[in-house]
Amino acid sequence: MRDDPAPRDIDGNPVRVGLPMAMLAELTHRCPLACPYCSNPVELTRASAELKAAEWADVFRQAADLGVLQVHLSGGEPASRRDLAEIAAAARDAGLYVNLITSGIGLTEARLRELDGAVDHVQLSLQGIDAEMADWISGYGGSFARKMQVAEWVRAIGFPLTLNAVVHRQNLDRLPEMIELAEQLGCRRIEVATVQFHGWADLNRRPLMPTQAQATRAREVVDEARRRLQGRMVIDYVPADHLAAFPKSCMGGWGSTGLNVAPDGTVLPCHAAQTIKGLAFENVRDVPLARIWHDGAAFNAFRGTGWMPEPCASCERREIDFGGCRCQAMALAGDARATDPVCSRSALHARLRAAAEAEAASDSTVLVYRRMTREKRG
Amino acid sequence: MTRARINGAAVPYLPRGVRLHDDRVRGIRVLLAPERVIQLDPVGHAILSELDGKRSLAEVILTLCTRYEAPPEQIEGDVQDFLRDLMDRRMVFLDGEAGRPA
Repeated sequence: MRDDPAPRDIDGNPVRVGLPMAMLAELTHRCPLACPYCSNPVELTRASAELKAAEWADVFRQAADLGVLQVHLSGGEPASRRDLAEIAAAARDAGLYVNLITSGIGLTEARLRELDGAVDHVQLSLQGIDAEMADWISGYGGSFARKMQVAEWVRAIGFPLTLNAVVHRQNLDRLPEMIELAEQLGCRRIEVATVQFHGWADLNRRPLMPTQAQATRAREVVDEARRRLQGRMVIDYVPADHLAAFPKSCMGGWGSTGLNVAPDGTVLPCHAAQTIKGLAFENVRDVPLARIWHDGAAFNAFRGTGWMPEPCASCERREIDFGGCRCQAMALAGDARATDPVCSRSALHARLRAAAEAEAASDSTVLVYRRMTREKRG
Repeated sequence: MTRARINGAAVPYLPRGVRLHDDRVRGIRVLLAPERVIQLDPVGHAILSELDGKRSLAEVILTLCTRYEAPPEQIEGDVQDFLRDLMDRRMVFLDGEAGRPA
């Protein structure tokens, strides 16, 4: 028996704890690409600190027992792990639905064949519609050609394929061609996700912030393509945050359905949660996953609605979007409890929007690439 | 729903990457698909359990009618609506469509 069975949020309000559905497994922070909007933290984890394959196997079993149904093998680039096939097989053996999120770089036909039977679905990232754009954005010469080759292998083996296009001011005008490419590659789905301006992307707001006109046009392109492709290809679209009236429901609510395990075993409510100062995160090397999920102070911190200040506390949307993203509130408002400033009801919204418009009007094309510092390269 | 009715001779099936799963933690049956988990009610589960990639839609409906002692008109309507929705979401394919495993 544990001493304190009643989970409480950051302000001491009692919270109800559900069960997680999906787990993001960041197998490594190593990646040959250097995308300037990478969702990894700016402080990257060294290879020597990564969980071993046997440790991941144990995490997957614990996750399945806890209620997780789908695992997303991600990174960094998961193929940078030489033991990827062993890790994927362990996830399958735990009974999980296995989704591989990859740039394709580092995969060979032989390595993909090793994943056949373990991986249910492959998600391939797309940085641009041709080598010029894709290799510039990814900071890796030859990446586009390699990706197209990987897509061919994926199709030949028979994995269902989703193309994951990350869009921003530099490539958003090419969205119709991205959708066409997904059709040509035989994708069942394409995800079109506008850059989220956290972490590395926050260092690249001026070159990457889309304009209002681009966002409006992208919405039209998506709506038209959905009608045309109904029954043939599904389009999931994540619009630009800064140009919307209401924030997104980040992670479907903090600590409600998803969790993230970082390369070194740190368990996070979302991939950016470590930017919130004052929260302490536990490691699956030290504490069982179920205990972290149910009792961890960081997971309970923003569960429910009790912690919300106004205008969220009395807002009719409080259980629709949960006040938006806690990390964005931290970054932009300096307080993780605050209303996400992308919300039109936030006092900071007008200022944020003006800043986004100024950034979108910039003609900067200077990118800060995601790099490990030399001593961290391990 | 704008799609045409599914022809009774067509053979519906769950494509690779879409599968039924017994969620023993929650005590429910779910359909797992790329980036999606769909909780199935007993009717949905019964329909999808019949899709073996061999029998036609008409045969599947007949089987369900017998099992549940329900009139074909009612079963047919339920099955058509359910499967067309999943086809739009690319979670059910018809034989002959692209992506059919060899």
